[in-house]
Amino acid sequence: MNKFDLEWINLTSGVNVRKCMRCGKCSATCPSYDEMEYHPHQFVYMVEKGNIEPLLGSDSLYKCLTCFACVERCPRGVEPAKVVEAVRLAAVRKQGGNHLTPDQIPAMLDDDLPQQAIVTAFRKYTK
Amino acid sequence: MQTFTYYPGCTLRTKAKDLDAYARASAEALGIALIEPENWQCCGGAYSTATNEAGSKLSAVRTLMAAKDSEGLVTVCSACHNVIKQTNYDISRNEAMANKVRQYLGLEEAYRGETKVLHYLELLRDVVGFDNLAAKVTNPFKGKKIAAYYGCLLLRPSKALAMDDPENPRIMEDFIRAIGGTPVIYAQRNECCGGYIAMEDKAQAAKRSGAVMSSAKDMGADMIITACPLCLYNLRKNSGSDMPVYYFTELLAEALGLKEESNE
Repeated sequence: MNKFDLEWINLTSGVNVRKCMRCGKCSATCPSYDEMEYHPHQFVYMVEKGNIEPLLGSDSLYKCLTCFACVERCPRGVEPAKVVEAVRLAAVRKQGGNHLTPDQIPAMLDDDLPQQAIVTAFRKYTK
Repeated sequence: MQTFTYYPGCTLRTKAKDLDAYARASAEALGIALIEPENWQCCGGAYSTATNEAGSKLSAVRTLMAAKDSEGLVTVCSACHNVIKQTNYDISRNEAMANKVRQYLGLEEAYRGETKVLHYLELLRDVVGFDNLAAKVTNPFKGKKIAAYYGCLLLRPSKALAMDDPENPRIMEDFIRAIGGTPVIYAQRNECCGGYIAMEDKAQAAKRSGAVMSSAKDMGADMIITACPLCLYNLRKNSGSDMPVYYFTELLAEALGLKEESNE
């Protein structure tokens, strides 16, 4: 366990992961549940236990849609999306950690894709 | 005539020009002047919730400051609205963040969230009034069953967005009634369309947007309306459904008899 990374993640998320009562509502309501290897409730639990290495290397980091459903619906106000965001930032802010580079973009475009999608993806996938 | 600052955002200048044109023409007809600030910047598309993230809030703060002395800042795109309202909410409650932003931008005084931010739908509800809007409708959507699609960004997180009940909203349904249509309530109206995942994972976007469209169709909708260019893209292009998808401002302009002239 990397203590510095763990402390950084908790400070960056601003979330008290110990408030979680393990009801799983965050994962139940997550629109990306099927696509995720680790689900929102697992992010919260694994950060609480300091088990962050599997999360830092998982593609689940890039499946969160920032829809805030888990933030809105958590009965304990834990705000799991903020934990996912902090772990993702810990991964992409490392040298070479960006999930998307500008030269990959042209192949993803079509005539109707709104600019909004590109700027949002860039904000989410890069440092 | 009441005057508001108006922030179109990047997509309303490019792929969603009609969302913008219908909004402007309708506002004018309803007695609202929308003034666009000079040299505005893109909002960034997604709000960063990280507590140490000041850089990504700067463009939203610049926009908010440009509207400080007006009656309010009006946005149409759901993403711009979400980013700008969350920035405003967080900065008003976080002195350290406000001071960090002040240092970055070289401000004499810190910006502390003084600007009032309104989505165009809130402008219709709270400034124009849906009753007044209904009285100005010349071309009502009589007999049309219209599904309102909120998606995620208009309503959540509700503490910051404070527009409507996040689980049982009614602002878009009230809008539909005001333009003479019949609102259709369906389960997926405030669930995500897949958003920007459409760039990386078309299958996931298809699954999410398909679920929204079939949920609305199952409840008898003839058409679906949205405020968000990315929702419109996913629902039209990735859902696999042929049910028509429109911006709410297009229906507004049509109901007010302005559709032809706003297309010119």
